[in-house]
Amino acid sequence: MNKPTRWTRLLPTLGPGTVWLLVFTLVPTLLIFYTSFLQRDPHGWLSGPLTLENYRRFFGIGPDGIDPLYLEILGRSLLLGLVTTVATVVIGFPFAFFIAGSPRKNLLLLLVVLPFWTNFLIRVYAWIVIFQRKGVLNALLGHFGLDPVLLYPSWTAVYVGTIYTYLPFLILPLYASVEKIDWTLLEAAHDLGAGRLRGFWHAVFPQTLPGLIAGVLLVFIPAVGTFVISDLLGAGKAILVGNVIQQQFGASRDWAFGSAAAFVLMAVVLTGLWLYARWAGERGMEELV
Amino acid sequence: MEQRKLFKGKRTRTPGGETIVRLSGVRKRFDRQTTALDGVDLEVRAGEFFSLLGPSGCGKTTLLRILAGFEEPDQGRVEIAGSSMQGVPPYRRPVNLVFQNYALFPHMNVFDNIAFGLRMKRLPDAEVRARVGWALELVDIAELERRRPHELSGGQKQRVALARALVNEPEVLLLDEPLGALDYKLRKQLQVELMNLQEELGLTFIYVTHDQEEALVMSDRIAVMRAGRVEQLGLPEALYERPANRFVAQFLGTSNLIPAHAVDRRRVETPLGPLRVAEELEAGRRYTLSIRPEKVRLSRRAQPGPNRIEARVDDIIYTGAENQYLLDAGGFELVAYTLNSDIQEPGYEEFDYDERIAVHLPEENLVVIHE
Repeated sequence: MNKPTRWTRLLPTLGPGTVWLLVFTLVPTLLIFYTSFLQRDPHGWLSGPLTLENYRRFFGIGPDGIDPLYLEILGRSLLLGLVTTVATVVIGFPFAFFIAGSPRKNLLLLLVVLPFWTNFLIRVYAWIVIFQRKGVLNALLGHFGLDPVLLYPSWTAVYVGTIYTYLPFLILPLYASVEKIDWTLLEAAHDLGAGRLRGFWHAVFPQTLPGLIAGVLLVFIPAVGTFVISDLLGAGKAILVGNVIQQQFGASRDWAFGSAAAFVLMAVVLTGLWLYARWAGERGMEELV
Repeated sequence: MEQRKLFKGKRTRTPGGETIVRLSGVRKRFDRQTTALDGVDLEVRAGEFFSLLGPSGCGKTTLLRILAGFEEPDQGRVEIAGSSMQGVPPYRRPVNLVFQNYALFPHMNVFDNIAFGLRMKRLPDAEVRARVGWALELVDIAELERRRPHELSGGQKQRVALARALVNEPEVLLLDEPLGALDYKLRKQLQVELMNLQEELGLTFIYVTHDQEEALVMSDRIAVMRAGRVEQLGLPEALYERPANRFVAQFLGTSNLIPAHAVDRRRVETPLGPLRVAEELEAGRRYTLSIRPEKVRLSRRAQPGPNRIEARVDDIIYTGAENQYLLDAGGFELVAYTLNSDIQEPGYEEFDYDERIAVHLPEENLVVIHE
C-alpha cells in the first residue's frame, strides 16, 4: 500500500493530460460518432432510430444512383490541403534555412510570428481589401498600365489566403529542426564522395524531417478542414467540406448529417496518416512518425 | 613508456616510401587576427603513420581540413598522390577523414553508414555488400551491422567511423583526434588496434592529436606544431631525446630546462653551478640545457666528479610506476623520476622529505638547445 506502484507514479504525470484528452477529445468524438447515426426531426432536434442515412447521403447513394456532390466537395478540400501543404513547403523550406543562417535570426522569427498579433479574421479580410475589384492589387496593376484582375471572390483568393494563413505553422517547426542541423554530417558526406546535391539529400535533408513532418501535419489537417477562409474569400461560393459541416451545425440545423460529414473527414485524414506511418515504418524511419 | 617500448619492438617496417602528401608554404588565415597556418612545409611518405601534434589552436586541425578539402589555403601548394589539390572539392579527393565526433549518419544503420562512400561511387550492390562485410570484419563489429548509431557505445561508434572511411580505400586516411572522447583503457586498446590496422593495410595515416603520449606510442614520425608552424619534425625518439627547442622539450613529456652560459667549448655556467656538456659550444653564447626527469640520477652518497650537485627533496609524488621528486638545488627547481622497481634490488634508494641528496646530471643526458 505504501510502496509506490507503477500507477501511483504515472498518475500525477500522465493524469491531467489523460483526463483532458478523455473529457475534451474522446468523449466529444464518441458523441459525434453516435450523433452521426441519428436523424434530424422536423424541429431541427435529434431523434432516433439509428440509421445509416446520413452516410448514404454524404456518399451520394440514393434511389436514383450516385450523386457525387459531397464527394466532390471532400475532394476539393483534400486538394486545397494538398496544394497548401506543397506550397508552404516550397516557400517555407528555403526560408527556414535562410533564417537559420542569418545573423538576424530573432528579427526574422519575430516577423514570421508577427501576423499572429492580428486577429485571424482581420488578416483574411485584409486579403479582400487587396483582391477586390477596386482593391490594392488592381490599383497597383493600374499604376503600371495593366488590366485589372478579378480575384475576389475566387478560388485563387481562397488558395492564397490559406497558404498565407498556414505558412508560419510550417516554418516554425521546420526552423527548429534546421537550426539544430549537424553540418559536420554534410562534411562527412562530401568526404565520402557525395557532391553538393547528394550531400544535401543524404546528410542534411533527413535531419530536417522531424520539423518538416510536424509542419506538414500542422498545415494539412487544418487546411483540409478550413471554412472561414473559403467563406470570406470565396464570398460564400467556394464550398469546402468545412463549410458543409458548419452549415449543418448552423443554418441547416442538421447535426446528424454534420456529424457524419465531420466523421468522414476525420476518417480520411486519419487513414492518410496511418498509411504514411506504415510507409515510414517500412523504410525504418520509426522515429519520424 | 613501458608500453611504448613493447610496441616499438613489434614494429618492423621502417617508413621510407615515396612522398604521398606534400605541403609547401601553406598559409591560412580566418580573419585579420587569427593566423591558423603560417607557412607549413611537410612531406608525408606512403605507408607511414604521421602525427600532427600540438596544443589546441596550433593549426593541426586546420591542416587536416585543408588536406580533406574543407578549407582552401590562402597560399601554398597541397599535393596528394602526385596531383595538386587546388580547387579539388572534398568529394573528389583520394582521402577520407575520421571525424573527431565520428559524424555518423544518425538515420542510417551501421551497414548503410559504411556503405555510403561505395554507394556514392555507384558500385554494384553485390560489391558494396562484400566490401562492407570486409570492413565490418576488419574493425570487428560484424554483429552490429543493423544497429543505429544511437545504439552504439563510444568505442563502437569509433570503429564504425573508421570502417566507413577505410572501406573506400583512400590513399591517405586522415584522423582528427579519433580517440579523444574515449576513456583511458579503451583509448589504449584502440591505439594498438589502429597501429596494427595501419600496418596490416600498409595505409598512410595522418593523425591529429594533442596527446603527446599517444603520438609517441603510435607514430612513425611526428610534426610538433605551435601557432601555425611546425616546430620540429622527426622520429618520436628523436623528438623526445633531442628536442630542437624549449617548446618541444616541454610539450613532449617533462623537461628540466636550465639556462646556461658557455664558458668554453665544453663547460657552461648555470644556476646549478658549472656543468659539462657532451656537445661543442661557442664560448660566450647563451644556451638552454634540457634534461629529462628520468635521466637525472639521485643517490644518498655524494661522489666526486663533474655535473654532481646537492639538492633538497621538496616534494614526492607517488604515481605507482615511479616516484617523482621535486628538488630544490640552491633555489633552482629540478624534477627527477625514479622507477619504483624492486626494493630488494641493490642500489635502489628511496628518499625522504627534506633529505639532502646527491644529484648527478650525466653530461650525455644534457641536451643543448640553441635558442
